Amino acid sequence: MSNLLIAPMIIPIMTAVVLVFLRDNVRVQRIITLITMGGVTLISLFLLVEVQQNGIMRLDFSGWLPPFGILFVGDQLALLLVTVASIVTAACCIYAFSTIGEAHEKMFFYSFVLMLIAGVNGSFLTGDIFNLFVCFEVMLLASYVLVALGGGKRQLRESLKYVLINVVASWMFLVALAYLYGAIGTLNMAHISSRVMEAGQDPVLTTISLVFLIVFSLKAGLLLFFWLPGSYSVPPTSVAALFAALLTKVGMYALIRTFTLMFPLQQDITHTILAVMAVLTLIAGMAGAMGGRDIKTIATYNVIIGVGFIMLGVAIANEQAMMGVVYYLMHDMVAKALLFLCIGMMMYLTGETVVKNMSGLIRNYPLFGWLYFLGLCALVGIPPLSGFVGKVLIGQGAITGGHYVLLAIGFASSVVVLYSLLRIFLASFFGETIIVLEDEVPIRKGMMGSLLVLAACVIFLGLGANYMMPFVEAAAAVLVDPSIYIDAVLPQGND
Amino acid sequence: MESVMVILVGILVTVATYLILSRNLIRVILGTALLSHAVHLLILTMGSLKKGNVPLLSDSDGPYTDALPQALILTAIVISFAVTAFVLVLTFRTYGTNKTDDLQKLRGNADE
Amino acid sequence: MKINDVILRTVVKSVVFIVLTLGIYLFFAGHNAPGGGFIGGLVLASAVVLMYLAYDIETVQKTMPFDFKKVAAFGVLLATGTAIGSVLFDVPFLSHTDAYYTLPLLGKTHLTTVTIFEAGVALTVVGVVVTIILSISEEGEEQ
Repeated sequence: MSNLLIAPMIIPIMTAVVLVFLRDNVRVQRIITLITMGGVTLISLFLLVEVQQNGIMRLDFSGWLPPFGILFVGDQLALLLVTVASIVTAACCIYAFSTIGEAHEKMFFYSFVLMLIAGVNGSFLTGDIFNLFVCFEVMLLASYVLVALGGGKRQLRESLKYVLINVVASWMFLVALAYLYGAIGTLNMAHISSRVMEAGQDPVLTTISLVFLIVFSLKAGLLLFFWLPGSYSVPPTSVAALFAALLTKVGMYALIRTFTLMFPLQQDITHTILAVMAVLTLIAGMAGAMGGRDIKTIATYNVIIGVGFIMLGVAIANEQAMMGVVYYLMHDMVAKALLFLCIGMMMYLTGETVVKNMSGLIRNYPLFGWLYFLGLCALVGIPPLSGFVGKVLIGQGAITGGHYVLLAIGFASSVVVLYSLLRIFLASFFGETIIVLEDEVPIRKGMMGSLLVLAACVIFLGLGANYMMPFVEAAAAVLVDPSIYIDAVLPQGND
Repeated sequence: MESVMVILVGILVTVATYLILSRNLIRVILGTALLSHAVHLLILTMGSLKKGNVPLLSDSDGPYTDALPQALILTAIVISFAVTAFVLVLTFRTYGTNKTDDLQKLRGNADE
Repeated sequence: MKINDVILRTVVKSVVFIVLTLGIYLFFAGHNAPGGGFIGGLVLASAVVLMYLAYDIETVQKTMPFDFKKVAAFGVLLATGTAIGSVLFDVPFLSHTDAYYTLPLLGKTHLTTVTIFEAGVALTVVGVVVTIILSISEEGEEQ
């Protein structure tokens, strides 16, 4: 039964490999990719319901009991994120079917996308911090290839920087792991947590946790986001959307696990630093989003604002804020994918990236225009869409905890998101149309389909908040009280 | 022994940092390779260096060697091998299309 | 530019077999001594690369008509296949089994499914290494 927990990682890997043999048969590749992602989504939904009913699930690889073997742990947070990530990947793949082009498809594009999602799902599910490193690397290797695939002059240049930054970050991850192993003598996340709880979090451990903070901040784009705008603007639209939706979220997930499960005891040090970093990230992201002139820059700085906002919730760290964090993580995956696909669609339709050079798109493409508006409303947090619930919960958490400065800056960021995205909407969608009827590029069905899937998710996450709440509450409960996680993972009577 | 190892790791990291900060791409890649070697040694040191038997309970009665750091290092070696190989290919392609391996010239500007 | 490589070619002709044997030895030695799929695979790959050095790509392709990308893919499939095979027997993922058999010629032999897993690893390493070397040396073809 618990063997099913490996499925979200192993099925994409095996499919990716099978696709290598089908190199020339692009149609079959597409069908298999779509079936796989659909299947993974269904399996993770099933697992989510199962975990909700029967408690946290774990899978010990080849039967080695924790803390000796490596293991996968499925709690509500992990499975919620796996489910949403799989849906988003499916949507981005549908978009890619009609836009990415045969050259990419023959260079194993779908294989690498599947490897990427395997790494992402593995990172969410793993219960062992070294295994987290391995899954990170699977994900990053796939993302290196996806950034570089195509091989334009600028693309290769930016991907080289992206790779080098991540190589150094991975090195720091290993350094932190080495020190952690030297200090605690275990790499099982639950075991680390229980040992820290027992012995207290001395300065050495807090320092190690800060090294982890730097590593994961680099991956999540928290304050150390200098690499992000460059490398997110070069790959094709579907890849950029996938990155914006998934890669930073994995970094944030790792940060959340580090500071709620493994090192939660020195909150006045670690969480203060987190709060300061989140505020600085928000301010920088706001400046970038307001100052940007082309749509790609504005969209990437919106990713950074999203990271800052979620990390505010993590820094506040009470139950309501954590519920908000979980909800906002899911919302942000879907909404950022929708935003990036819309931005990509605008470039596809007009061939322009500068806001001022586009105008009147809504006359030519009314449905697309309103879908963009829907994404905008969701990102700003207008009820009843998905962003609203997360923002309210994080806001309530901030008020309960008395963090009024964080509250103010967090909600100021919503205004900036509104301003930056509405500016695109007003300038590019309204006004005189620049596209004459004859030159109109038709929107393919697949592109519209992927946008509609994501829009449906945004609406469901907003209106269906009642259905989601039990899962989100359970996920937040684990984050606030790590002993639930520890008890589920470690066999009783074992230190 | 541990302190000697740690000093060695420090020297390796120093050299690697120097290489990474240079402008030539190949030297940067050599730097990252050295960095990974340094961290492998660090993991080995952190697992404490001692002689012992294989950690199988039935085979001997101790003292045992901790096998975990070696497993970690093997995994890390494989990963750094794959990444280094990929970076080399990527560098080769970048050199081919951009006609330079000088990072200063690869900076690019915003209005491209 | 044509270089005189008679010595290299003559040496490689015999050395390749030594290297291949060493690779296979290391692969099987990994059962209970230093060695194993990854190292064996690296040595095997180095033999192939040595042949590429001594001869040109077309000649080697003629004698070894594999697509090394597919070799790597097959290796991963083999490794993940054995890992997932354990699911069919309702034991945890990645479980392996072993037993002693009496085989003709070899006598009492220890057989384990880990060998299949390791064979997958070795094939993956060979495939990946050769693909990387080829993609650096071949102009025009993408990695």
